[in-house]
Amino acid sequence: MTRRRLSLLRAAWLVLRKDWQIEWRTRARLTALIFFSLSTLLLFSFAMGPDIEALRRHAPGYLWLALLFASVLSLGESFRVEAENQALTGLVVTPVDPRAIFLGKVFGNASLLFGLSLVLLPVAVALYDIDLTRAPLSLILVLFLGSVGISAPGIVYSAISANARARDVMLPLLLFPVLVPLLLAAVSATRFTLSPDAQGQLPGWLKLLVAFDLIYLSVGFLLFPKVAEED
Amino acid sequence: MPSWIPLGGLIVLIALLMAQLAVPSARAWVWKVAGALGVIELIALLYFGLFWAPPEAFMSDVGRILYVHVPHVWACLIAFTINVGCAIAYLMKKSWRTDALAEASAEVGVYFGSIGVLMGSIWARPTWGVWWDWDPRLISTTVMLLAYVGYLAFRSFTEDPERRAAWSAAAAILGYVSLPIVWYSVRWWNSLHQVQSEGNSLDKPMRAVLNWGTVTFLTFCLAFIIKRYDLARARQAGGLELPPLQAPKAEVVA
Repeated sequence: MTRRRLSLLRAAWLVLRKDWQIEWRTRARLTALIFFSLSTLLLFSFAMGPDIEALRRHAPGYLWLALLFASVLSLGESFRVEAENQALTGLVVTPVDPRAIFLGKVFGNASLLFGLSLVLLPVAVALYDIDLTRAPLSLILVLFLGSVGISAPGIVYSAISANARARDVMLPLLLFPVLVPLLLAAVSATRFTLSPDAQGQLPGWLKLLVAFDLIYLSVGFLLFPKVAEED
Repeated sequence: MPSWIPLGGLIVLIALLMAQLAVPSARAWVWKVAGALGVIELIALLYFGLFWAPPEAFMSDVGRILYVHVPHVWACLIAFTINVGCAIAYLMKKSWRTDALAEASAEVGVYFGSIGVLMGSIWARPTWGVWWDWDPRLISTTVMLLAYVGYLAFRSFTEDPERRAAWSAAAAILGYVSLPIVWYSVRWWNSLHQVQSEGNSLDKPMRAVLNWGTVTFLTFCLAFIIKRYDLARARQAGGLELPPLQAPKAEVVA
């Protein structure tokens, strides 16, 4: 009997494509996320008042907080769609490596957050008067690394909190403490792409972002099969 | 206080731990002995820390909080390390015992950590002039504490015992991994500030009292964890029928 197995990356790609397809057919999640984070950005500017200097200085922090809050919605949703009709059980019992589901879900979520951050940039320009032309490629890299960094631990937490009571409270309660270093690194790195980086600190923060992503991708990669087993 | 006294206390503590682990008949009384011993040690610590040890050169009497603050944080870190060890052990081989120990150590760790951070904050006010500062140790301990508060909340919000055990183990590992990253990122962020002095610069009598304090609170930590473990085991036994733990699902090959 020939044993034909999907390779890990191929299976991860299929899961990712499935998530994109669901997303594209409804476009509900992306629309909700965009409007949610737009209003978050707007609220920050109201809360700070019309001091454009202060707004510009704190813009990286506001941008990442908006993304962080949006990520809770997006991560929660990413297993809620699977909870209907017990689709997750179906996914787990298919002959795919659960680790492929993890990778697919992480990059599905990361691409959503990354797309969201690209939408938010021009809004941040309008609200906070930031200068995107200083180091646009580094900025895009920071946004991408940050999106992956939020999603990697986020997917594991989302999988475990999807079935707990009070899951909407549970996810941020578990996720936010872990994301503290990511927030520090992403905000600092973004700051140095938007304003002069006199001491050359950007590469250090980028390295920290990459390290965070790799650590949580590998820990999640190891843990997710154990988590999915119980679903 | 001669410096060998804390060492003697530590040996007694290890003997109690050994008795708990190796002698089944001792399990009924080890936690009581540890608790009583802890109270006696605490009374001695009050005398040594408040009256016997010399006042600190720069902070005078404020520095005495060191003898209770530092042992609390150490006890907290040890408890969390036990917890994550249990989490890894549970994921490798399922056992209700490691799950109970994980629950016990997390709760005791949150207790010691909260007291420790609170005392650190009280100490920081007269010393640094602020309640709160961007000190890597302070931030990483607090983040750790928040992660474990989330862990305990998650445990109490998940009904299915088997899911609770596996999922909280995963949550504990993810939380624990963040400890060194938080440490480095805050230190990096803060690289322009001065680094706080290390404990090695302590004078000998103060070192001895600090060691005594550590032994005292580790004794309490042992008593608390054993008692809490017994409670968790009793709760597991009293729960509606526990499902038999299954081996990992066999892989299906298409």
